[in-house]
Amino acid sequence: MTRYTSATPADRAEMLAAIGVGSTAELFEQVPEPLRLDCPLKLPEGMSEAEVFERLSALAARNVDAEEQVCFVGAGMYDHYVPAIVDAIAQRSEFLTPYTPYQPEISQGGLQVMFEFQTAMSELTGLPVSNAGLYEGPSSVASAGYLAMAATKRRRFVVSRGLHPHSRETLETYAVGYGAEVVEVGLSGGETDAGALAAAVDGETAAVFLQSPNFLGAVERVEALGVAAKEHGALLVVATDPMTLGVLKPPGEQGADIALGEGQPLGNRLDFGGPSFGFFCATEEQIRRMPGRIAGETDDVDGRRGFVLALQTREQHIRREKATHNICTAQALNALAAMVHLAWLGREGYRELGELLVRRTVYARERLAAVPGVELLHEAPVAREFALRLDAPVDRVLERCAERGIAAGYPLGREYPEYEDGLLVAITERRTKAQIDDLAEALGAAVATERGEFPVDITEKSPQGVG
Amino acid sequence: MQRERAQTIYEKSKPGRRAATLPAAEVPEPPLEELIPAELLRDEPPRLPEVAEPEIVRHYNKLSRRNFDLDSGFYPLGSCTMKHNPRLNERVAALPGHARLHPAQDPKRAQGALELMWLLQESLSEICGLPHVSLQPSAGSHGELAGLLLTRAFHADRGEERTKVLAPDTSHGTNPASVTMAGYEAVKVATNERGGVEMDDLRAKIGEGPDQVACLMLTNPNTLGLFDENIAEIAGLIHEAGGTLYYDGANLNAVMGQSRPGDMGFDIVHVNLHKSFSQPHGGGGPGAGPIAVSERIEPYLPRPQVVRRDGDNGHGPFFDLDLERPKSIGRLRGFQGNFGVFVRSYAYILSLGADGLAEASETAVLNANYLKARLAEGRAGERLPVAFNRHCMHEFVLSGKPMKRELGLATLDLAKRLLDFGFHPPTVYFPLLVEEALMIEPTETETKESLDAFADAIERILAEAEDDPGVAKQAPYTTPVRRLDEVKATRKPVIRQPL
Ligand SMILES: Cc1ncc(COP(=O)(O)O)c(C=O)c1O
Repeated sequence: MTRYTSATPADRAEMLAAIGVGSTAELFEQVPEPLRLDCPLKLPEGMSEAEVFERLSALAARNVDAEEQVCFVGAGMYDHYVPAIVDAIAQRSEFLTPYTPYQPEISQGGLQVMFEFQTAMSELTGLPVSNAGLYEGPSSVASAGYLAMAATKRRRFVVSRGLHPHSRETLETYAVGYGAEVVEVGLSGGETDAGALAAAVDGETAAVFLQSPNFLGAVERVEALGVAAKEHGALLVVATDPMTLGVLKPPGEQGADIALGEGQPLGNRLDFGGPSFGFFCATEEQIRRMPGRIAGETDDVDGRRGFVLALQTREQHIRREKATHNICTAQALNALAAMVHLAWLGREGYRELGELLVRRTVYARERLAAVPGVELLHEAPVAREFALRLDAPVDRVLERCAERGIAAGYPLGREYPEYEDGLLVAITERRTKAQIDDLAEALGAAVATERGEFPVDITEKSPQGVG
Repeated sequence: MQRERAQTIYEKSKPGRRAATLPAAEVPEPPLEELIPAELLRDEPPRLPEVAEPEIVRHYNKLSRRNFDLDSGFYPLGSCTMKHNPRLNERVAALPGHARLHPAQDPKRAQGALELMWLLQESLSEICGLPHVSLQPSAGSHGELAGLLLTRAFHADRGEERTKVLAPDTSHGTNPASVTMAGYEAVKVATNERGGVEMDDLRAKIGEGPDQVACLMLTNPNTLGLFDENIAEIAGLIHEAGGTLYYDGANLNAVMGQSRPGDMGFDIVHVNLHKSFSQPHGGGGPGAGPIAVSERIEPYLPRPQVVRRDGDNGHGPFFDLDLERPKSIGRLRGFQGNFGVFVRSYAYILSLGADGLAEASETAVLNANYLKARLAEGRAGERLPVAFNRHCMHEFVLSGKPMKRELGLATLDLAKRLLDFGFHPPTVYFPLLVEEALMIEPTETETKESLDAFADAIERILAEAEDDPGVAKQAPYTTPVRRLDEVKATRKPVIRQPL
């Protein structure tokens, strides 16, 4: 017996006898002899549970997480508070351990959660159709591209540079496969350049991709920007942050054909980037082209209300090469966590949280922009994240803040060479006024030191020595 | 199970009720219109439910009791590897150093996470017998798409453009769907009388235009639970034609520590961490579908790639994200992948070790063959013959054709009646080439007693049907709802709560 198995030597003997073989080796004879491994894998021996725990705890301890550092980093994933009931429900065996609800009679719990989730996402985005979730944000963007090609029979995407860099790159990766061209439109004053966008969209354009709030935190004028798409019969795809839709006009009320995004802020941890989920909502016209699972309401033979996987004829297990998408296992448990979080927030709490984020974000933005050597990168309206310019090397400033226990933000130069001096700062309900004030102080001191206004700390840190 | 009439959380809502508590703003609170132009603001908040916490907890607890789950009973869903999900793995994944680590954290402050990813890459590389691994794909089908995009990049780098991807008719639906998404044409290859690839058909399909063959996607053991005896020859034919060889590793649970895809000649393998490596299935994810690849595919791997750099000045090694990959196909998703899944799977690999993994596969094969032998006895043996009569690997496929002909009972009826006996049914009606198919995968974590109880239940259902087939045809009776009208749900889809 090994870990998690129960066949005793006596069981094995009985089982082998029932099969009619002398050993399990005989069962493996179907593997051609030269392909049978004749030595053990070069992996360590198995460990006891306590040892595994200690080993992984030791690895975890070498990470600096949002418990050790006050986290102002966002860039698509945010350090929100996850209510206790989310964990309690998501860890229940009945939700944690089944698989895709192919047998609806014994999967009503999961199917109903999908249905409730679809309703919530439809409400949030202002679009009538939602699926039960995709892998995560950027691959959902690429999936929208695939849908747009099928819907328009065109092969050209016009993409705002305000769309998350990972989304743009993922879209390009997929586009090489399904054969589409991606054209990028730049930003001006933090917002998508409306003139350049209008000029880029033409009769060959399958979809226009915007993000609001965009990667720099700016709330985009989606409706105005979308006019070009409408005029040319292209789909308008809007990526959005689900924590802002309690206050911001939903994409569906601004002409979006598809609204999607990274779902992590709802009920999911940072988890170094996953697992989370992607949400994907659309107009009625697109319902039969949607990617992913969709739960639908129906009745059983006794007339009782129930839920099933609906519209399965879109899916790979029925349609194979003609499916609208290849997705099978998605992120059901992460979507469930989001649903429980949204139920906990409720109509009022969701709006209040959105307002809280806006007010603290505006406060933080003004506070930080008042720091000498710090200015706004753009003045567009913001909801939960904003961009600054520093008059000092961003990496060195970040390093100094980190030494004071603050992750001050995301260095924009990593993805935007034109903003080498840019810092992106994110706010959640966990970031208190006191923490924001501390950040202002730390940032001010770091910038001043880097500008030579204070005695420079000359102790050089080698990169390996930290954390 | 819970049998009340279904009511959604929205129907339990009443204006004024709430659960949320939020911190005070602590900052000035001007009207929002002073902060964001009014035309960009929402008029009415979304109609989320208004329910207090106690009722939210009851609601979702009740819903949970309308699910059957692996922790409650046998779940022999073929091709899905419903093995035990160790709770230790949940505990380590929840450590703040993992769960609250920001994905954009500077690598020097995420050394533990990057080392864990690197160690998992190394482990999967050893298990698959291929030198390089990318953890990025989010599930098996994402790995397939990655593999096909890698294939395209590999050929493009050689100035070639190929159009066709071959896959047996037993392949999972994600294979052909991925082929189309990657811009290729899917070509089906037939199955021979032993359940393997029909070599003449393979040769013919290649012969139609060897320079058009981009790739062969093969599941091995395949979805019939059979190891392809001609694998070396198949690999030779594809490589000779200049194609890549893709291994759908959904069935890796049969061969861990026993045989390696890399040694069989494959270029690209995806591994479903939510199958062989014990990540809980979550009601349909999350999972992860890392890919292991050969040397010639490595230059094209997605970016970023987790790498180990030698330390200098007496420092230990440094783990980093390599973004400078000029030939890379690019990103497949945001950030670095489903890290929480990596933590669980690495904990699983550490727990079992080399010997434990080999024994897990051995026991999975033993359990499958034992259950197959049990189901070859009695009524099941007559009414539900095994589709290909030879030793299986980790799963096997029965055909309900005689049952249907002789008792009027379809595979679906048997599956539904199993629900009343407290079992999750096998995968049904797949693979497509077996009529009335039942695909059974017990996994290594089931006891002999569970396997016996399952075989006994099938026997009883068949005996019952000899007396009165109507019982199974109307089944199930004990579940939260009975058979549901799936046609209605698709013809007139109601996919959200009207509010
Ligand atoms: C044989 C086979 N291939 C591919 C897949 C797809 O994997 P995933 O669901 O992780 O995308 C599955 C399972 O779902 C499978 O059983």
